Amino acid sequence: MKTRIAIRWAAALAVLIALPAVLSSYQLGLLTKMLIFGIFAMSLDLLLGYAGLPSLGHAAYFGVAAYTVGLLALRVANNFWLDFPAGLAVATGVSALFGLFALRARGSYFLMITLALGQVLWGIAFGWRSLTGGDDGLPSVPRPRLPLPWPLTDGGPFYYFVLAFFVISILALSVIVRSPFGRALVGIRESERRMEVLGYDVWRYKYVAFVLAGLFAGVAGNLFVYFNGFVSPSYLNIVFSAAALLMVILGGAGTLVGPALGAAVIVFLENVISAYMERWVLVLGVIYVLVTLFAPSGLVGLVRQRLGSHPA
Amino acid sequence: MTFWVTQALNGISFGMLLFLLAAGLSLIYGLMRMLNLAHGSYYILGGYVGLATIKVTGSFVLAALAATAVVTLIGVVMERFFLRRFPEQELPQALLTFGFLLIFADLSLWLWGGTPQTLPKPEIFERSIRMGTIVFPSYRLFVIGVGLVIGLGLWWLQEGTRLGAMIRAGVDDAEMARGTGVNVGLLSTAVFALGAFLAALGGIIGGPFVGVYPGADFEILEMALVVVIIGGLGSLKGAFVGGLLVGLLDNFGKALFPELALFTVFAPMAIILAIRPTGLFGVR
Repeated sequence: MKTRIAIRWAAALAVLIALPAVLSSYQLGLLTKMLIFGIFAMSLDLLLGYAGLPSLGHAAYFGVAAYTVGLLALRVANNFWLDFPAGLAVATGVSALFGLFALRARGSYFLMITLALGQVLWGIAFGWRSLTGGDDGLPSVPRPRLPLPWPLTDGGPFYYFVLAFFVISILALSVIVRSPFGRALVGIRESERRMEVLGYDVWRYKYVAFVLAGLFAGVAGNLFVYFNGFVSPSYLNIVFSAAALLMVILGGAGTLVGPALGAAVIVFLENVISAYMERWVLVLGVIYVLVTLFAPSGLVGLVRQRLGSHPA
Repeated sequence: MTFWVTQALNGISFGMLLFLLAAGLSLIYGLMRMLNLAHGSYYILGGYVGLATIKVTGSFVLAALAATAVVTLIGVVMERFFLRRFPEQELPQALLTFGFLLIFADLSLWLWGGTPQTLPKPEIFERSIRMGTIVFPSYRLFVIGVGLVIGLGLWWLQEGTRLGAMIRAGVDDAEMARGTGVNVGLLSTAVFALGAFLAALGGIIGGPFVGVYPGADFEILEMALVVVIIGGLGSLKGAFVGGLLVGLLDNFGKALFPELALFTVFAPMAIILAIRPTGLFGVR
């Protein structure tokens, strides 16, 4: 069983490594975006799928990392070794601060507070024009220069750069969710009371999960600003936070691979549908409703159901 | 002096508008533990339907009737046919209501375009009132009046009627209320309809001074959320006091520190969250 899973992972990785050979540069860009949003969705899954904390402000950590890297690269120095860790540090710091407020609440109130806290950053990015460029955002953020034989300004090398982070993130997150810490999070999701009785410091587990989720969202935000060369307040706001929730649910919360797939599906649909019609937002709204009504356990859940009813 | 009085009156009238929105949001949360993310959509739908009615009939009163009727119906349909399927499940509720938020936003953009629009004021409130050196549009005073009347009406509904007693019982303990024979399902629909009605009314009376435009749904939702967080969930008094507070903070913030405008609203919210997580008047 273990070797079968290992083989499947290796095959998936081989496909991801081989894909650039057959894709156009436009399609490769799309795939790169899918991987970045995949990291973002998986980071939220740690909170939602494992700890059972539905954050409606997760874009905050993605966006604040993107803004940090963008500002440093534009105004201070385009130095990967300075900018990238700084983006992660700020994302982690902000989630450490917001976690203190948000974890005092649960249920709908948790949704409400994470939403309001996320909008604080959106408000700053929107209003503080002299620093953030306001609504116009930060244009022409350069890609990092690394001592590699291939420049990251090219689509191919940049894809592999992102793929490396994707693989590291998915490995790190799998280790985390399979560790005793991850098991405890699942226990907390199922019954907070029981875990408390068992002697777990529930708050501390949730807090660490909250901060870790912020850190991985920061990884995605960092990569995104390099990829896109541009960041605007819309990457901090509720629409993007809710999209992350949708990706997680659509893929299957609590599975890591599911949310990455969910992210890929949403990125793909947005691209295809926006190419044919102007009403992507309307379609996206309908997707929210349909997923909630008909696929509450996500694509992975649907596949498992299918496999369960027709044993192969 | 003129500056302070004018800004204060502007802040209070905006606060009254926020109260209409927050009261519904808070009541719905109180009874159903549900965050209705489409609440701001009721505001813009109310505004747009009102605008369309005024264009045809020229009557502000008919516009108010049409807008509140249409939006209340939308609220009832959402509650009965969608949200009802997910009792006490905050995530499906949030995803559903967010989906509706996007659907209403894009349909409004499609039907009514992207240009910001304002509703014409009722004719009797076109004029300004002069008190010494201070000139103040009478419409703002009308808004304050409407807020006070609705506030009193809601207070009477909650404290003085059988329906109010049932709502209070449901807010306190839905299970227990059900046990004593309260039809909590019907009550939920009624409260949801009331919330939608108040938000649509907000769209009508806010239409002439805040206006309706793409994005107003999000802005109004956010401001109403801040009001509810500051005032305390499920509390009518909290929605009223919070609305006034946020209305004033927002108005003076925009006038005095334009760069930090939203921050003057969010910073107090964070402070209240830190020292009193249940809000000023919240119980739990």
